[in-house]
Amino acid sequence: MTDAGRHPRIKLLTLSEVVDVKGYVGNFDVKIIKKAKYVDETACTSCGDCATVCPVVRPDEFNMGLASRKAIYSPFPQAVPSSYLININECLGHNPAVCSKCVDACDKKCINFHMSDEEITEQVGSIIVATGLEPYDPTELDEYGYTRFENVLTSLEFERLVNAGGPSKGSLIRPTDRKKPKSVGFIQCVGSRSLRKGEQYCSNICCMNTIKSTLVLKEHYPDMEVKVFYIDIRAFGKGFEDLYTRSRRLGVKYIRGLPGSLEETAENTMRVAVENSATGKLEFHELDMLVLALGVKPAPSTQRLQEIMGLQLTPDGFYLEAHPKLQPVDAATRGIFYAGCAEGPKDIKESVTQASAAAVRAVRLMHKGEISSEPITSEIIAEKCKACGKCAEVCPYNAISVDVKNKKPAEVNSAACAGCGTCAAECHFDAIIMNHYTDQQILGQVDAMLTTEPETKILVFACNWCSYAGADYAGVSRLQYPANAHLVRVMCSGRVDEKFIWEGFRGGAPVVLVSGCHIGDCHYIDANHWTEKRVAKLHKKMVRLGIRPERLQLEWISAAEGIRFADKMKDMEALRKSVSAEEIADTIELLTKL
Amino acid sequence: MTPTNSRQRSAGDEAAPRIGVYVCHCGLNIAQSVNCPQVAESASTANDVVLSKDITYACSEPGQQEIKQDIIDNQLNRVVIASCSPRLHEPTFKQMVQDAGLNPYMMEMANLREQCSWVHMNDIENATRKAETLVDMAVSRVRHLDPLTEETLPLIKKTLVIGGGIAGIQAALDLADCGYDVTLVEKQPSIGGMMARLDKTFPTMDCSI
Ligand code: SF4
Ligand code: SF4
Ligand code: SF4
Ligand code: SF4
Repeated sequence: MTDAGRHPRIKLLTLSEVVDVKGYVGNFDVKIIKKAKYVDETACTSCGDCATVCPVVRPDEFNMGLASRKAIYSPFPQAVPSSYLININECLGHNPAVCSKCVDACDKKCINFHMSDEEITEQVGSIIVATGLEPYDPTELDEYGYTRFENVLTSLEFERLVNAGGPSKGSLIRPTDRKKPKSVGFIQCVGSRSLRKGEQYCSNICCMNTIKSTLVLKEHYPDMEVKVFYIDIRAFGKGFEDLYTRSRRLGVKYIRGLPGSLEETAENTMRVAVENSATGKLEFHELDMLVLALGVKPAPSTQRLQEIMGLQLTPDGFYLEAHPKLQPVDAATRGIFYAGCAEGPKDIKESVTQASAAAVRAVRLMHKGEISSEPITSEIIAEKCKACGKCAEVCPYNAISVDVKNKKPAEVNSAACAGCGTCAAECHFDAIIMNHYTDQQILGQVDAMLTTEPETKILVFACNWCSYAGADYAGVSRLQYPANAHLVRVMCSGRVDEKFIWEGFRGGAPVVLVSGCHIGDCHYIDANHWTEKRVAKLHKKMVRLGIRPERLQLEWISAAEGIRFADKMKDMEALRKSVSAEEIADTIELLTKL
Repeated sequence: MTPTNSRQRSAGDEAAPRIGVYVCHCGLNIAQSVNCPQVAESASTANDVVLSKDITYACSEPGQQEIKQDIIDNQLNRVVIASCSPRLHEPTFKQMVQDAGLNPYMMEMANLREQCSWVHMNDIENATRKAETLVDMAVSRVRHLDPLTEETLPLIKKTLVIGGGIAGIQAALDLADCGYDVTLVEKQPSIGGMMARLDKTFPTMDCSI
């Protein structure tokens, strides 16, 4: 930690948040808000004189509220940076200065109530997302009585109690009587592996964390009775089974079964009722202290950052990697990488391994000092352009400039163009060529698909990042669906031009599906808003023409939603069967005449 | 630098299309539900297709060698690889055709694995029919493809690391030690994250800080 604080090449911004990311691989513009600490970080020597005089006492977050701190404080003894800061909502002194005791106490004069939040902009070539985890809050699991019973602790609170730097200087005490407990029980999978409350996945680290805790207990207090209630113990890592065996050899009892309920006795001891699934019997255990092995959840900022950067999430809420085996630390967006629990629950060793991998992926990208950009960009045919300005309006990247007043044709800045193709779909004058996804190329695919027996087929337009990937995911999961769905891949659903849809129906397609990323998840910021609008417009036109609008469907399918994709294909097949041969023939006739 | 929009089209590739089609078995991954020789056979009748064959593992070294040799021997100028998802092997095959002297954008893949054989496992007849259509579609697309050239853009040799827990710290240090500037952003007043709260950590049982 201190290495990171001292490194000349690392600029450390704490109490700071990324609020905006623009640009593209190699050239991201990042906006960061650095919140005011009201103490000059560079001048503060962490002497602590200020905190001595501060009259405000608050629970200390670092110690999970098991100890206290002042309104001016250093986060924890080894903190980096170690400088003090003021929690301005707790401070009595500022504006009007009624207290300001700390200001007087500080020799170096580093306290300043007039500091304000700072906005910092940075330009970077790559981004590593390492937003980490949030522990599960077990309050909702009423059967375990967390917060109702003082001697029921979370695994993190327990950590602080056995930590030499913690509030009890490392000696384990019960919160109710501040005495050493004679027996301690651990409950596993709290907030994990449950269909009822909490999350469904295995949090991966809590088994080993508990085993570690039992070893710590047995080392300090060999006579202490230690019991672990579990579903199964997952000790799959290198050296892990050894620790598990050692723990059992030291006398820790492992009881297979999660407690159904617990109650408090007169001595504040917990009486645990558990069905031991190894013996099939209902057992009762009395324990002085209970520790809940908390599962992990994605950090609260995950979704906000996902939206800012246009990343994808798994249904569990962790970041989705570009490929689970071949690109496990890459985001689908070039230049963005994942490290640590942001991508899924993992232990320290795995986090470090993944972080180094992410660093090397970033180096691999940056070491040449230049990058090649995909030529999948749009191009204006100046002679056809009427300078209407529509393309500039729809481009999510402001990559097009049109001088509408002087009727000067549109121009694309191809370095800024990300290649969604929305402009080409929206231009009424066919003045835009979308390279590698030209009208001709896509119409060719539609025609080829409908050459024989079109009435048996389902035409699907799928965006590369979400729906096409979701279809791949259905494949990897071997989810079966009707064999008449045919996908046309486009980079973005925004590329799906009206004329592609009409071409489909004119060619005899019974049903057409346009699919893309969920609103808010679009890989091209918000290009799918235009998809939505366009489909709504098409639906109206279909009604006007007397074509059943249901025959054109729009569905948002993410890269992780294989099941949703397969289900949608089954729905489409049901829909297809509802379209009669006459209906198709009528449509063809109608559209051919237009 | 403001790159303009007429750069990609390298003019003059108006030669008549000569298309090669490869239908990959992927061992049994595709071949168990798709009749690959039949798909290759059916594609061979399409316009402009000079050569169409099935192949056991297109991405393997011998597979790629064979395709490259065919490109050269038959003056192929467009290639369809009907195999797995382009999300997996598109870069592989782009590189392959480039090695054989073609523009990398003159290659198209048809997804016969993730979007056909694996999702229609017990339906060889329909899966094969769908595979034929998917290959037809790819042939039609490849016929219209234009050669494109990549553009080189400057890049800022600097990384933003969001999150100052163990993973963020490690990534920042690795990058900084390689000579890259790093901005490490942490929401809390100190870096260290969850790990700083832990006493001993497995498997070594030592201190976490
Ligand atoms: S690691 Fe163990 S305790 Fe944690 S969720 Fe998985 S099985 Fe349950
Ligand atoms: S939408 Fe088409 S016609 Fe209108 S400015 Fe853009 S390119 Fe020109
Ligand atoms: S709308 Fe999409 S394709 Fe068109 S210029 Fe903007 S980013 Fe490029
Ligand atoms: S190219 Fe794809 S489908 Fe063919 S062998 Fe390789 S992985 Fe399998």
